[in-house]
Amino acid sequence: MSIYAVRAEGLSKQYRLGETASGYETLREKLAEGFRRLRRLDWSRDERETIWALRDVSFEVPVGRTLGIIGRNGAGKTTLLKILSRVAVPTEGQAEIRGRVGSLLEVGTGFHPELTGRENIYLNGAILGMKRAEIDRKFDEIVAFSEVEDFIDTPVKRYSSGMYLRLAFSVAAHLEPEVLLVDEVLAVGDADFQRKCLGKMSDVAEEGRTVFFVSHNMGAILHLTEETIVLDQGRIVMRAPTPEAVDFYMTSGLSQSGERRWEPDEVPASAGPFRPVALRVLDENGEVMPRVPSDLDFWVEFEYEVSEPIRDLRVGIYLSTSRGEPIFTSFDLDNRQRYETHRVRPAGRQRSRARIPGNMLNEGRYVLGVNASVYRIRSYFTEEHAMTFEVDGASAPGNQWPERRRGPLRPALDWELLESADA
Amino acid sequence: MAVTAKARPGAGEEVTLIRPVRSWVALNLREIWRYRELIFFFTWRDVKVRYKQTLLGAAWAILKPFFTMVVFAVIFGRLAKIPTDDAPAPIFYFAGLLPWVLFQDGITKSSTSLVANRNLVTKVYFPRISLPLSAVAAGLVDFALAFLVLLGMMAYYGIVPKVEALLLPVFLLLALLTSLGAGLWLAALNVAYRDIGYVTPFIVQAWLYASPVAYSATLIPEGIGRLLYGLNPMAGVVQGFRWAILGTGAPDLGLLLISSGVSLILLVSGALYFSHMERTFADVV
Repeated sequence: MSIYAVRAEGLSKQYRLGETASGYETLREKLAEGFRRLRRLDWSRDERETIWALRDVSFEVPVGRTLGIIGRNGAGKTTLLKILSRVAVPTEGQAEIRGRVGSLLEVGTGFHPELTGRENIYLNGAILGMKRAEIDRKFDEIVAFSEVEDFIDTPVKRYSSGMYLRLAFSVAAHLEPEVLLVDEVLAVGDADFQRKCLGKMSDVAEEGRTVFFVSHNMGAILHLTEETIVLDQGRIVMRAPTPEAVDFYMTSGLSQSGERRWEPDEVPASAGPFRPVALRVLDENGEVMPRVPSDLDFWVEFEYEVSEPIRDLRVGIYLSTSRGEPIFTSFDLDNRQRYETHRVRPAGRQRSRARIPGNMLNEGRYVLGVNASVYRIRSYFTEEHAMTFEVDGASAPGNQWPERRRGPLRPALDWELLESADA
Repeated sequence: MAVTAKARPGAGEEVTLIRPVRSWVALNLREIWRYRELIFFFTWRDVKVRYKQTLLGAAWAILKPFFTMVVFAVIFGRLAKIPTDDAPAPIFYFAGLLPWVLFQDGITKSSTSLVANRNLVTKVYFPRISLPLSAVAAGLVDFALAFLVLLGMMAYYGIVPKVEALLLPVFLLLALLTSLGAGLWLAALNVAYRDIGYVTPFIVQAWLYASPVAYSATLIPEGIGRLLYGLNPMAGVVQGFRWAILGTGAPDLGLLLISSGVSLILLVSGALYFSHMERTFADVV
């Protein structure tokens, strides 16, 4: 018998619809919903529909392996991690885990704003499963890694979001479980910090621990994992060496739906009053499209919610190629006149959208990212790889030659053919 | 960065088995013991945070029962002239308020503990009972502070503790268990039905008047009436606590036994219901 760290047999998880989407409800809605549920209990069993978030998932992972898990939103990635970390109970099937399990489903879980950095290290460490003596032993190391020595006795509510994240990640990074479950935590923070986290993660992997790594960031998956599971609609559709699995995922269209939605618990608390709701690619009629013809205009729409007015907030998109080369960055207040008239972003749910002209992009797959920030003050939310979409080149200029054109752009340029005066 | 200890896979290691839960599970006491440090940290956090950003800080632990005592002394003592078992009115009310406030804080805080820690419940595993448990335990710090005031009042009124005082820890424990029992029910229900958040203050208020805080249980006619009164677990707790302190208004044994029995039933049923619902918390909360 080989030594496995995790063995899952037929894991399935069923949710009742309406259980998962909670969002923000008003008092009245809550009451109405409460009474509806109470009434239902009185009359009959629940007649709500159910959905399998995870269906018959089986796998074995040998000790010391780093396994990536990819799939689009709702494919069951987070559900799988929640079951393995014992947060959620499977409806069917079972799993066996050897050794201590550490889960990083979110950085900074349980941080209390009123407590100091020092106090939060202890609290968060205990929540993540560290013993007090263990925290005592690693305390200095944690503080050093986080680079917040000078503020360690300051309440974390006074921290900048960067300091907060560094401290939170540094506690989590010093957890030493045999099996580590990581969910998308690297999607937070600035690029430098992400690099530092990635470095720490590969150290962890090299130490012989078993790591499960869920991410939308294909670069991170390729960098960190040897083998990857592709999930779709709760089932494993592929398990292969990572480059192969990523390639399959990117080309099979699994990764595309024309829309990316953020569940409230996918958004780090540090995003503060800003909360991303959805990012969409729309055609001229406002229909969601995963694939747009290259010669037609389309819209990129970012929907978000602001819970209190933010001064000088700008919301923008990144466009890059599927290989990660940036093409452009654009903000909704780039226009100087609009910038002057929209200095304060009001509270409420709103959308920023940009028309992307036809005959600009070459055929191929593109990656959209989002950013919400106040220039040089604070970055509320950044996700460079939020979703992908495809540009169909069937009607592109020059399609009489069915060749692949180089470069991300394929503009319809105004060519002039002139006869030179002297031959 | 320092490379830390290597993982040591192999035989003799703990194996976690994850499987669906179908039966009504009994409370896993071993698991709770394993997580005792976390329960301590939760309690410590609740105590620490409770009076942060308040002007008077921990003084509230004393001021709350103290002002309630003043109100009771004026309304029930002076105006309504309700007898206080021959004890000085202020200390009579204060001695009744101490276990009551402990109970009330415990039930209020524990009933919201799961919802208030929603982000923890959906992200990290730990025995969920740690949250209501530590919410109740955190009240002990307030209780200890107020108890010092009670000792001062005893000295002022020249009340010397008698042999009944030895029973004080028992009544204190009963107050905690009752609070936890009711808190477990409400916390678990609160996850599915947020109405509980609105109902709890009402329950607590009605419960206060149903308990011998502002009056003595000796006012209830002896016999069946008083035994029925004992169905309120706080009746035994408050009356007993005060008797242990002041030595007056001894509760009858029947009332004490019934109260303690109900209190234990509340605790066991609360723990069962809680652990039955526990597996769904992360899905529903």
